[in-house]
Amino acid sequence: MADFNVTEKVDITDVVCPITFVKAKAVIEELETGDILEILLNDGEPVQNVPRSLKDEGHKILKLDDNGNGTYTLYVEKGEE
Amino acid sequence: MFSNEQLERYSRHIILKEVGVKGQKKLLEGKVLIIGAGGLGAPVAMYLAAAGVGTIGIVDADEVDLSNLQRQVIHTTSDVGKAKVQSAKETMEAINPDVKVITYREFVDSTNILDLIKDYDFIIDGTDNFPTKFLINDACVMAKKPFSHAGIIRFRGQLMTYVPGQGPCYRCVFKNPPPKDAVPTCKQAGVIGAMGGVIGSLQAMEAVKYLIGKGDLLTGKLLTYDALKMEFHTVKLPQHVKDCPICGENPTITELIDYEQAECDMK
Repeated sequence: MADFNVTEKVDITDVVCPITFVKAKAVIEELETGDILEILLNDGEPVQNVPRSLKDEGHKILKLDDNGNGTYTLYVEKGEE
Repeated sequence: MFSNEQLERYSRHIILKEVGVKGQKKLLEGKVLIIGAGGLGAPVAMYLAAAGVGTIGIVDADEVDLSNLQRQVIHTTSDVGKAKVQSAKETMEAINPDVKVITYREFVDSTNILDLIKDYDFIIDGTDNFPTKFLINDACVMAKKPFSHAGIIRFRGQLMTYVPGQGPCYRCVFKNPPPKDAVPTCKQAGVIGAMGGVIGSLQAMEAVKYLIGKGDLLTGKLLTYDALKMEFHTVKLPQHVKDCPICGENPTITELIDYEQAECDMK
């Protein structure tokens, strides 16, 4: 499944918007530019908003996989600080 | 790492690009001393506690008086008679249990101020009299501490920020305290309650920006607010006054001074 060299993983299915993005942001801030974060997130609002918010912060969305069980796996590459 | 609860509490900060997790950590590690738990100190203390500034010291010798409640929003009717620092601490801890509040129930003077400020990153002048304002300035210049000066009276307020080496100090601008009784105090002149909220909130903003290291501070500038005219002005100040008696090249003030208080200010 992991086509990328994932540096860190975070599960944001236990929180709701906007804490989903906040939790992902908290993890990605600790990484280095170029590192890859794997995020497990729920369908609906999270999958609509979290990738867009991460992109707005200058990170690169690499891939979004539908896990077929109401969750998605998102791969993000950390952008410049 | 933050707990989910902390991520939620500080989410509106963390979402901001300029704050983020790193900025929030700086706030939680930050130490701010608030001198005066009155009209200015109340909003400063409440906003800094809510923001998660990890250690907040608060200095005030007075008790809550019924006439304080019109503007000192950190105290409630049931706090009348209680030490202001205790009343403030209770409100701040109720707002945010992450915050450590240290109370100092004492008057600030030349004998204790250096000791009071020494462990703090940023100082808030929330006092209501000139002798203490000059004392805070001189002590902060001597100890190389940044501080926010503010004053409020009637429908007017002003503030400026001092950061060592980054612009003038309060004494560069206002050389000496005015003669005793030349300028009325809030007690004599009155002050509109929300003025403490406007100017105190701006002081809290300066402290937050200083702690997270973002944006421009009010150094080298004096901001004035006239509520009746509804006008804000930013006055540019001389960058460095060479002959300032405290921060100039050859300081003539080498010891802290306890100027005499106007009698009506003393209890």
